[in-house]
Amino acid sequence: MHNENQTLIFEISKEGRVGYSLEALDVPEVDLGDLLPTNLVRTEAAELPEVSELDIMRHYTALSRRNHGVDSGFYPLGSCTMKYNPKINEAVARLSGFANVHPLQDESTAQGAMELLYDLQTSLVEITGMDEVTLQPAAGAHGEWTALMMIRAFHEANGEGHRNKVIVPDSAHGTNPASATVAGFETITVKSDETGLVDIEDLRKVVGPDTAALMLTNPNTLGLFEENIIEMAELIHSVGGKVYYDGANLNAVMSKARPGDMGFDCVHLNLHKTFTGPHGGGGPGSGPVGVKADLIPYLPKPVLVRTEEGTYHFDYDRPQSIGRVKPYYGNFGINVRAYTYIRTMGPDGLKAVTEYAVLNANYMMRRLEPFYDLPYNRHCKHEFVLSGHRQKKLGVRTLDIAKRLLDFGYHPPTTYFPLNVEEALMIEPTETESKETLDAFCDVMIQIAKEAEENPSIVQEAPHTTVVSRLDETRAARTPVLRYQKA
Amino acid sequence: MKHRYLPMTEQDQKEMLDVIGVSSVDELFEDIPEKVRFKGLYDIKAAKSESALLKELTALAAKNKDTNANVSFLGAGVYNHYKPVIVDHVISRSEFYTAYTPYQPEISQGELQAIFEFQTMIAELTGMDLANSSMYDGGTALAEAGMLAAGHTRRKKILVSETVHPEYRDVVATYAYGQSIEIVTIPHKDGVTDIAALKELIDDNTAAVIAQYPNFFGQVEDIQVIGDIAHEAKSLFVVSSNPLALGILTPPGKLGADICVGDAQVFGISEAFGGPHCGFFAVTTKLMRKVPGRLIGETVDGEGRRGYVLTLQAREQHIRRDKATSNICSNQALLALAASVAMTALGKQGIREMATQNIAKTRYAKNAFEAAGFTVAFQGAHFNEIVVKTNKCVKEINKGLIEKGIIGGYPLGQNYDSLKNHVLIAVTELRTKEEIDALVAEMGALHA
Repeated sequence: MHNENQTLIFEISKEGRVGYSLEALDVPEVDLGDLLPTNLVRTEAAELPEVSELDIMRHYTALSRRNHGVDSGFYPLGSCTMKYNPKINEAVARLSGFANVHPLQDESTAQGAMELLYDLQTSLVEITGMDEVTLQPAAGAHGEWTALMMIRAFHEANGEGHRNKVIVPDSAHGTNPASATVAGFETITVKSDETGLVDIEDLRKVVGPDTAALMLTNPNTLGLFEENIIEMAELIHSVGGKVYYDGANLNAVMSKARPGDMGFDCVHLNLHKTFTGPHGGGGPGSGPVGVKADLIPYLPKPVLVRTEEGTYHFDYDRPQSIGRVKPYYGNFGINVRAYTYIRTMGPDGLKAVTEYAVLNANYMMRRLEPFYDLPYNRHCKHEFVLSGHRQKKLGVRTLDIAKRLLDFGYHPPTTYFPLNVEEALMIEPTETESKETLDAFCDVMIQIAKEAEENPSIVQEAPHTTVVSRLDETRAARTPVLRYQKA
Repeated sequence: MKHRYLPMTEQDQKEMLDVIGVSSVDELFEDIPEKVRFKGLYDIKAAKSESALLKELTALAAKNKDTNANVSFLGAGVYNHYKPVIVDHVISRSEFYTAYTPYQPEISQGELQAIFEFQTMIAELTGMDLANSSMYDGGTALAEAGMLAAGHTRRKKILVSETVHPEYRDVVATYAYGQSIEIVTIPHKDGVTDIAALKELIDDNTAAVIAQYPNFFGQVEDIQVIGDIAHEAKSLFVVSSNPLALGILTPPGKLGADICVGDAQVFGISEAFGGPHCGFFAVTTKLMRKVPGRLIGETVDGEGRRGYVLTLQAREQHIRRDKATSNICSNQALLALAASVAMTALGKQGIREMATQNIAKTRYAKNAFEAAGFTVAFQGAHFNEIVVKTNKCVKEINKGLIEKGIIGGYPLGQNYDSLKNHVLIAVTELRTKEEIDALVAEMGALHA
């Protein structure tokens, strides 16, 4: 059994092998004992592997074959917008003039990089309908927190530091309440109603003089457009609060509705979702934040500006700024990729992106509707949520359906989220998938629904074809092994 | 519309609309209230073909002075190091870079195992019990370490040495404000943390003492002394560290650190105008369940085969929501992979050799500056950076240097009033003796 294990790099290490290449030292050698205090000279070498370059390449190639990406196959993971990651983006990000520029170089030597960032900011201002954008936040959650810190600074500057409540729908991403906590707020949850939208009556009950903000995803995590957005924004504004747009689902509304026009005061975007920065196996992301005029003074420092001479400059003279949220200026490499994408698509392209993403989602929803419960039966936007309620009664859980999909080479949808749908399956096809791909996936989903009725064990025991079967997560958490230890 | 990323044909569209039971795509957007519906197209630049766009952006990139075409002595937290070519080959495998967070372990074993190996290498280098799967960068990792310490000790004050990277300190201050935590700066003395001042400032409300090793001036501080003082006050000791230096320096874990953070950019990651880089976060076992971000753990499948999963997720935002230990979700997984490949390529021997070359070349530069009549500000032990005093504005000197193809050091005056006309010079293994001599000669000429 043991020989089926994929080898760890440490297990093929052999003393004396090397995988590096350094020039011989061309200055006098030093004795570390002379240059460093005795107690600070490392005596036990760090146990890094000793392997040749081919060993390394084979090791990581083997690992890559045990991994599924968008390039490997369909990846309809809801709320994650797993669209195609264009290759020109990778080429542009690797241009030496972008990849090998130091963030602290004199501004006069980095004008090309700054021009790109400024142009990206300007494009995102237009796309969101906001007045100003910062590119500093490193990811979506980081952007959420950045915007909440700005809202907090705004209220404090207006003598309303007592506003300590952030309202979050029960269907919200987990990062929303977590970001509110990190920004020093308390979270209040507002319920969804039977149509899957925020319950306006419940919202009325929870707003008040202590309301700092409402955080909203629109369309929400059910893929449904919050039709009452104007009323909700007016309600929050009427009590002096701010309305925050979680841009995770922006792929659903590009060129159809802008957060700034819907009454939102600030927004974060996930450039690694809508704007094709690859997800990288969990990062890096980029989470720009856009704001309306009254929040501009609180933007994180520095703010990238264009001077009257047409040069670009980092402005640190921002006395009301919340400060710095990240060293340097954000995940530049991801911003380069997003910019390249926007320039590749142009205005017509971005409109088509949203239309096709929504068309694809509605098509799949209607094809699957006869076979799975559809708790909210109306047009969806870029994603939709099915319930595995019917299959659960047959002893087949959503987890089993997800695992069975692995046997057919698919990454499963997001499962058990949002929390307000029983046995949820959240499906987001994106616009870059063809009808043939969608049909093939739907056929498999339908087959699994039939298996649940006729041969449930094949679903319950899935996956059958992967390099490992279901892993013991309880054991992993109970007796954590978080690093390799030499036997 | 026809576009190479959009496979929809007119025929597809028609068939799909039929199945949905609507006559146009517009009908699918009718739930957007008329009043807020965006009509028309975004006012952004028109699309360009692949070749035309590549040409334009190549020209834009060429407007920057890069560290390949120029000789860089700029460090201050981001370094121009040896990048094994193999790194880019591995991270260009799209099974890695087009994947999401490994929520489905059966088809994500490659990513999970690679990050498990990353966690192991970081734990080895830092001498800590365990490390997480990465943070955004060294600065936010440091801020999260401070927040962890405040939560763990239930105290509301953090002491940060003035020798910690100024931009990292700024980020710590922003996070601290959100949590109503007071930040107090411990001044430096001769380029290292002023121990007497630390003893004065620390009290029973101090959650953590934060130091940097090697510090922002390149000085190798005896952090054990700082750690002892922190522990006497029952505070946590947080160390921000350059992991390359740990190839030759006693690891923070052996010097009393409770949390060690930093940035693995030094391992095969491009400077990239400041990001994406790769924060790391390592702790003692005692703090394991308070770590922010993802952790990968080893387990077995039903047949007893070894495998890896995301674990201890009860700490995280998607489970705990407002009670999570942090709001972090996306991290820097691909960069953690890059750093792993570079650490693997360097290996046990290479990291020592590379770190030693850094210290030797920096020592050579220090001697050369002093021989040329410059004053080197701090005379304590150094790693790969030194502080050189100049007789005019550093920015002016750097303007002269760039004309000679040299990217000069970091002007310290912008962060430290007492260090006007002082420049932080970084000398990595990539700098040759000739390049160092040229820097000293050009700076001497610009002085005259």
